[in-house]
Amino acid sequence: MKAMDERPVQVGSARSARFKKHHAEDLAGRSYTFICVALLIVIIISIIYFVASKGLATFFRDGVSLGDFLFGTTWDPEGNQGEPMYGVLPFIFGSFATSLLAALIASPLSICASLFMTEIVPGWGKKLLQPVIELLAGIPSVVYGFIGLTVVVPFMRNVFPGQGIGIAAGALVLSVMILPTITSVASDALSSLPRGLKESSFALGATRWQTISRVILPTVLPSILTGVVLGMARAFGEALAVQMVIGNAPHIPRSLFESASTLTSVITLDMGNTVMGSTHSNALWSMALALMFMTFIFVLIVRLLERRHRI
Amino acid sequence: MKAKLTDKIATFFIVVFSLLIVAVLVGLIAFILVRGLSHINWHFLTSVPQTIRAGGGIGPQLFNSLFLLVLTLIITIPLGLGAGIYMAEYAKPGKITGTIRLVVEVLSSFPSIVVGLFGLLLIVNTFGFGFSLFSGALVLTIFNLPLMVRITEQAFRSVPKEQKEAGLALGLSKWKIISSVLFPVALPSIVTGTVLAAGRVFGEAAALLFTAGMSTPRLDFTNWNPLSPTSPINPFRPAETLAVHIWKINSEGLAPDAAQIAAGASAVLVILVLLFNLFARWIGGVLYKAMTASKRMG
Amino acid sequence: MQTTSFRTEHLSVFYGQYEAVKNISLNFPEQSVTALIGPSGCGKSTFLRSLNRMNDEISQAKIKGRIWIEGEDINDPATDVIQLRQKIGMVWQKPNPFYKSIYENIAFGPKYHGIKDKKQLDEIVESSLRKAALWDEVKDRLKQSALSLSGGQQQRLCIARALSVQPRILLLDEPASALDPVSTSKVEELIVELKKELSIVIVTHNMQQAARISDYTAYFYLGTLMEHNETEIIFTNPENAMTQEYISGRFG
Repeated sequence: MKAMDERPVQVGSARSARFKKHHAEDLAGRSYTFICVALLIVIIISIIYFVASKGLATFFRDGVSLGDFLFGTTWDPEGNQGEPMYGVLPFIFGSFATSLLAALIASPLSICASLFMTEIVPGWGKKLLQPVIELLAGIPSVVYGFIGLTVVVPFMRNVFPGQGIGIAAGALVLSVMILPTITSVASDALSSLPRGLKESSFALGATRWQTISRVILPTVLPSILTGVVLGMARAFGEALAVQMVIGNAPHIPRSLFESASTLTSVITLDMGNTVMGSTHSNALWSMALALMFMTFIFVLIVRLLERRHRI
Repeated sequence: MKAKLTDKIATFFIVVFSLLIVAVLVGLIAFILVRGLSHINWHFLTSVPQTIRAGGGIGPQLFNSLFLLVLTLIITIPLGLGAGIYMAEYAKPGKITGTIRLVVEVLSSFPSIVVGLFGLLLIVNTFGFGFSLFSGALVLTIFNLPLMVRITEQAFRSVPKEQKEAGLALGLSKWKIISSVLFPVALPSIVTGTVLAAGRVFGEAAALLFTAGMSTPRLDFTNWNPLSPTSPINPFRPAETLAVHIWKINSEGLAPDAAQIAAGASAVLVILVLLFNLFARWIGGVLYKAMTASKRMG
Repeated sequence: MQTTSFRTEHLSVFYGQYEAVKNISLNFPEQSVTALIGPSGCGKSTFLRSLNRMNDEISQAKIKGRIWIEGEDINDPATDVIQLRQKIGMVWQKPNPFYKSIYENIAFGPKYHGIKDKKQLDEIVESSLRKAALWDEVKDRLKQSALSLSGGQQQRLCIARALSVQPRILLLDEPASALDPVSTSKVEELIVELKKELSIVIVTHNMQQAARISDYTAYFYLGTLMEHNETEIIFTNPENAMTQEYISGRFG
C-alpha cells in the first residue's frame, strides 16, 4: 500500500506530459489513415483522367469519328488496304458475346452449387464445395489460358467444325473463371435468408424444389443477379485467358467456333507494337476507355440491384 | 405425385451440376500436375530460359515473381491498412464515406489490363521508371489495394466493440486503441486475407505485360548491389514474372519444348498458389490461438 | 445528503429524436455506492454511459444539461475527454479483457499514462489484482492470455484493469449479471471493499444486490428519475408507489 501513496503524484505529473502526446498521437493516426484514403481517390481520379484523355484523343485530335469507331466493322489501323480504319465493333461484339455466353454457362452451375451448399446438404456440401470454389478463384488466369489452349481448343476442334478457337472456347474458359464469383455471392445470399421463410413453406406441404423455386429463388433473385453481373464484369475485363483461346482475328465471326477478338485481347496484343501517340495507339486507349466505361455500367447495375434488394 | 417427381429430378440435377464443378477442379489440378510435375526438377527451377533451344528453365522468372510480390506487399500493406482503418474507425456514415466506398468498389472492378495501361502511361513513361520491378509493384499495388482495404476494414469491424470501449474507459487515445488494442485482435484475419491476396497478385499477368516488362536481363546472382543492372535485387530492372512467362511461351514460344515448359511453369504457379492458400489458413489459425490460448505470451 | 463533487444537473440524453434520459439531477456522494435500478429500457445504462462520455461513440446521441466531476463540466468543449476518462473507471456486463496477457491487461493503462519503470508497473499490477481479489489465483501465470481465465476471473480482471489507472469514480454496468453465484458474491464483496477509496455507480437488475451493496439507490422509469434516497429508505419505506411495486417484484 506504500506505493499507493506515492502514485497519485506521479500519475498527476505524467498526466500533464501526456496531454500533448495523446492529441499528437491521434492527429498523426488520423492523418496517416486519411492520407491512405486520399491516395485511393487520387489513384482513381488519375486513372480515369489519363485513360480518358488518351482515349478521347482518337476522336478529338486524330479526327476519327465516334460512329466509325463504335460501329465500323473494319479494323485496319496500319492502312494495309488503303486508308487506316478504326472500327472496333468486332471487338465489342467479341467482348459481349464471350462474357454473356460465359455468364449463361456459369449461372445455372453456380446457382446449383450454392443451392447444394445451403439447401441440399448444408453440412458437408459446404465443406466440399467451399474450398473447391476458393481454389477455382485462386488459379491464375494464365493457367486457365494454358489449359484452354491445351484442352478446350483441341476438344472443340474435334467436336465442332473449325479450328477450335473462337468465342465458344473463350466463353467456356471464362465460365469456369467466373463460377466462383457468382457462387459465392449466391450462397452468401442464400445462407442469410431468414429460417422462417423456408419453414413456413415446408409447413404448407411444399416439396423442397417447390420451396426453392417458388420461395427461395425469387427472394434471392436480386442477389443472384448481382453475382451474375459481377461475374460478367470479371469476364468482360479478363485479358490473357481469352486472348490465348479466341484466335484474335479482327472481324465478327460467323460462328462461335471461328477466330474472333475482344477489346482486351486486341489491347494485349497490339499495345506493345504501337508507338505512343500514334492514332493506332490512341485507338487502343479508346478501347481501354470503353472497358472502363463498361466497368462503371457494371458497378451501376450492381448498385441498383443492391438498392432493390434492400427494399 | 408429380411434385415429388419434379423434386427428385431437380435435386438430381443440382447434385450432378455441383459434382461437375468438383470434377472440373479436380480435372484441372490433375491435368496441370500430371502434365507439369514430370518436367519440374532442380535444373528447371533454377536455370535461365532458352529462346530457340530445348532445356530452358524458369529460374529468373520464379525469382522475379517472388521479389515482385515482396515489393508489392511492402507498398500495399501500409497503404491498405491505413485506408481500411480509416473506413472502419474514422469514417462517419454519410456522403463522403459513401463516395470512398464507391471508389474502392470501382477500383476493384477495373480490368487489370486497364490498370496496366495506366501504369505504362504514368509510371513507366511519364515518371520514367521504365519497364521495371518498381513499376510492376506500383501497378500491382493499385490492383491489390482495394482488396487490402476491404480485408482490413472487415477485420477491424469484426473486433467486438467492447474492446474499444474498454480502451476508451482507460483514457487511451483513439489511435492507441486502434494500434494496440484493436489491431492485435484483427491481425489473424488481416494476415489470412493478405496472404490470400498475395496469391492473387502472384498469378497476375495482364497488368504486368506493359509495366514490369516481358524480358529479364541476364542476372548475376552473386551481384547484390541493388543499383547494378545485372543484380537480381535491383528494383529498377525489367522483370518477366512466371505468369507473364507462361503467357509469352504460349503465344510466341519458339523453343521445341515450349509446351512442356508452359506445363511445368503452370504447375509451379498453381502449386505456389495452393501453398499460399494453405499457408493463409494455417497462419490465421496459429495467430488466433497464440492470442487466445493459455500459452505464454509477451 | 452530503455535498459532493460528482453530480448531474438536469441531464437529458437524446438518441436522435428519442429522449432516453429525461432531466435527471443526481448526486453521487464520495466513498459510497449508488445503485441505479429500474425496468429494462428505463435509461439507466444510457445515463451511466453518459457519465464518462461513452455515448460520444454513438454519432446520433446528444446531451443536454451538465455533468460535474471535481468542478469540471465534462461536456465542456475545453474538457479533454481522454484525461477525463482516466478518472472514471468502467466495467461492463460482459467481461472484455484485452487479447493480451493478464499482466499486460493491467499494466497497459498505466504504461500509456507514462509509468515506464518496470518495478513500479509490477507493483501496480500486484496491487490492482489484490484489490480485485484476483492476485492469489493468477500470480503464477501473469504471462498467460487473459482469455484463458474463467468468466468470473475475467470480470475481476476487468475491475483490476479499471483500478490500474487510479480512478476516482467507478461505473459498473450490471457487472455480475453474466456471472455464476460464487463469482457474483466475490464481485459484490469487492465493490463494498472498493467504496472506501472511490465513488461507485452501479446499474443492476438484481434488487437483492442493490440492497446488499449500495448506500443510495435511484429508481429510473422510462427515462425519468422516480425516486432517489438512501438504499435503506428506498427498500423499506419508498415514497413512490411505483418504486414499491418494482422493488417488491410486482413488475419490471
